[in-house]
Amino acid sequence: MADSGSEDIAVIGNTDLTPLESENNLKNTMVEKGTSLLKKMEISVAEAEKRTGKNAVNMQETYTVYLIETRPVDAASEGTNPVLDSLWKRYSEFELLRNYLLVTYPFAVVPPLPEKRAEFVWHKLSADNMDPDFVERRRVGLENFLLRVASHPVLSSDKIFYLFLTEENGWKETVFETGFQAKADSRLKALNATFRVKNPDKRFAEMKHYGDELQSVISQLLRVRARAADRLYGVYKVHGNYGRVFSEWSAIEKEMGDGLQSAGHHMDAYAASVDDILEEEEHYADQLKEYLFYADALRTVCRKHELTQYELEMAVQDLTSKKQQREELATGTIRTFSLKGMTSKLFGQETPEQREAKLKMLETQIEEGEEQVKERNAECDEFVKSAWVDIERFKEQKDHDLRESLISYAIMQISMCKKGIQVWNNAKECFNKM
Amino acid sequence: MSAGTPRSLASSGQKSIQDICHPLSAEESALSRIPDVLNPGSDLILPNGTPVDTSSPASSSSLLNRLQLDDDLDGETRDEQKYNITTEFDLPEYSVRRRYQDFDWLRNKLEESQPTHLIPPLPEKFVMKGVVDRFSEEFVETRRKALDKFLKRVADHPVLSFNEHFNAFLSAKDLNKRQGLALLTKMGESVKYVTGGYKVRARPVEFAAMGDYLDLFTQKLGTIDRIAQRIIKEQSEFLMELREYGPVYSSWSSFEEDLHDPLEGVSGCVSNCSSALEELTEDMSEDFLPVLREYVLYIESMKNVLKKRDQVQAEYETKLEAVVFREDKKTPVPSDVEKCQDRVECFNADLKADWDRWENNKRQDFRQLLTGMSNKNILYYEKCLAAWESLIPLLQDKQEAKGETN
Repeated sequence: MADSGSEDIAVIGNTDLTPLESENNLKNTMVEKGTSLLKKMEISVAEAEKRTGKNAVNMQETYTVYLIETRPVDAASEGTNPVLDSLWKRYSEFELLRNYLLVTYPFAVVPPLPEKRAEFVWHKLSADNMDPDFVERRRVGLENFLLRVASHPVLSSDKIFYLFLTEENGWKETVFETGFQAKADSRLKALNATFRVKNPDKRFAEMKHYGDELQSVISQLLRVRARAADRLYGVYKVHGNYGRVFSEWSAIEKEMGDGLQSAGHHMDAYAASVDDILEEEEHYADQLKEYLFYADALRTVCRKHELTQYELEMAVQDLTSKKQQREELATGTIRTFSLKGMTSKLFGQETPEQREAKLKMLETQIEEGEEQVKERNAECDEFVKSAWVDIERFKEQKDHDLRESLISYAIMQISMCKKGIQVWNNAKECFNKM
Repeated sequence: MSAGTPRSLASSGQKSIQDICHPLSAEESALSRIPDVLNPGSDLILPNGTPVDTSSPASSSSLLNRLQLDDDLDGETRDEQKYNITTEFDLPEYSVRRRYQDFDWLRNKLEESQPTHLIPPLPEKFVMKGVVDRFSEEFVETRRKALDKFLKRVADHPVLSFNEHFNAFLSAKDLNKRQGLALLTKMGESVKYVTGGYKVRARPVEFAAMGDYLDLFTQKLGTIDRIAQRIIKEQSEFLMELREYGPVYSSWSSFEEDLHDPLEGVSGCVSNCSSALEELTEDMSEDFLPVLREYVLYIESMKNVLKKRDQVQAEYETKLEAVVFREDKKTPVPSDVEKCQDRVECFNADLKADWDRWENNKRQDFRQLLTGMSNKNILYYEKCLAAWESLIPLLQDKQEAKGETN
């Protein structure tokens, strides 16, 4: 196992992170002991920058790029100056990577990207994509995404992922060359179509239901939390008015003046403290959002399983009908209605040669059909096996991460209460001096 | 919204109303028991120079008033809360039951009979039905404290404590007759002052300063009142959101296994914080806002006193002017002009002394009010802190337990 300990492997390279953020990132990323990639390299999304350029339709556009830094683990632990690989990527490239992974590993619960547009905002928070706070939170989210992929037992060894981290130019072309796009399109079409599975797998159905419920409850939580944040902001800020009026009042007082004036300052401090409080809470909201999107990834896997199952069932059905046709042809009995059968009855039997030819064709089709059923069966089994392994892994990760999130949320609340007590104690001291 | 049946309040024992002869007719012997509870630092000398007669039963420092709440015995006067007032010298001497309107009567009589003095304020008379529960324990208690403060301040005052109405209030069984008269005389008095019509020419600087200060101070109090109301409103709306927020964690826990307890814990925690917040807003509504409003009313009455002083001075100035321009310079200044001068000087002296007393009381009152506000907020945060801190081990516990079973 890694000598530096599992926590050191996921060290974040960005020193701009507050201790809480670092802690959160560490806690949020469950580093699998078996992941080869993170044993070799440290990954971080260090910075964000604005760029302008021409887009596909030759129009000027402004966009943000993110700096991905990787460095070999060994060099860092030896204390020598590590070789830094760094390249800039846009959000859209992250999206491309994720789509590729989704198609290539359909059984995997693929880690989600941070949201494209700010949602569940409370009114002071900017919904503008260019807002520096939003960009910063997105940077953290993208880093989290990379770390999660890098710690995934299957996804971490993907070549395209590796190239994403190491190749700046030409990576996009490489991805497209894999031809995943076509597969993606057909998959998407099939997934979006409505189909009914005859024997749904109970476990997957339950999982899908769980994913639905998780998505619904987290959405609700985020919505109410945003409204509460708005109100809390109001409560704190109005106290700032006390600061002003105490100051004015102290001007017309003699002995009471000093106490009032200093108390007023504490009221101002109290009002100002809410900005930091809510900024910290936003991290909690981001952690919840990650699992909101994870719920969607989970549902996607269940849906893909359904599709696989459906396709198997279709193949079986097809094979069965072909076999039946052969039987009828061989024995001459028509058990199933077919237009051909009717016409042949009406207009006379086929010639033995025609029958032979038909039988032969059916035989080949049946052979192919059996092959296909075998394949699809194997596919299905394989899918179920791998998916279920990943779902179990995901469940453990989710339980761990969300528990950690709740703990850090409680810690945030404790800190807020302590600050409140301190401010009011300070104010009380001043009032006592009045 | 009608008031519910008053809950039975803890009574510290009913003291029988003792039939004591009116204090003003008391014999000397009965008064020899008066302990000297004089505040060593204070000089009990009337503003006009005469020392306080400490042998009077109503002398300020020998009175110890205690207010006790009592149930309404007959029940038909449900709408009127009665207060038990006990006046002690050493042992309980007088015990009477009074309603709020009796206090109101007393204050009016004091204002009439001692127009040159600042009379301490009463808690607000009118409370909006449906906003504040007039029979809630908290409301009655708050009012009781304010009424107690009122009586103590009157008892503390070197002049007011001698007032006959005050004595009657403390000792007489029945105040009813006086109430009717009070209404008439009050009207008469106010008419007298309004139609004065004199304009003061040389208002002394200190009284002008008092007036200016009171105007500014009232403004500030109004602002503080508005801010406090706004905060209460915002807190109430925050509370509403919290009451929706907590239960979401509960419904989440219902379809989780490992996370069930942690999520339930968070839900419970948020619920505790909600209750704490509700208590904070209620306290502020019941304790903080009323005091501010009382002060505004108090200041109104003080401004009236200042106006009266101006009028008395104006009257004097007019009369003086008439005399200055009299034909016969040899005849002495008529006595009524001298009386006027006396009145002005007395008034000014009384007012100055009372102003200082008022400033002191004001300082105390606001120190108490604002530290009270701080305490309420501290208590709120302490409750929330306790809730969240007790949650942490619960959140971490399962992890360790799970680690062991793994």
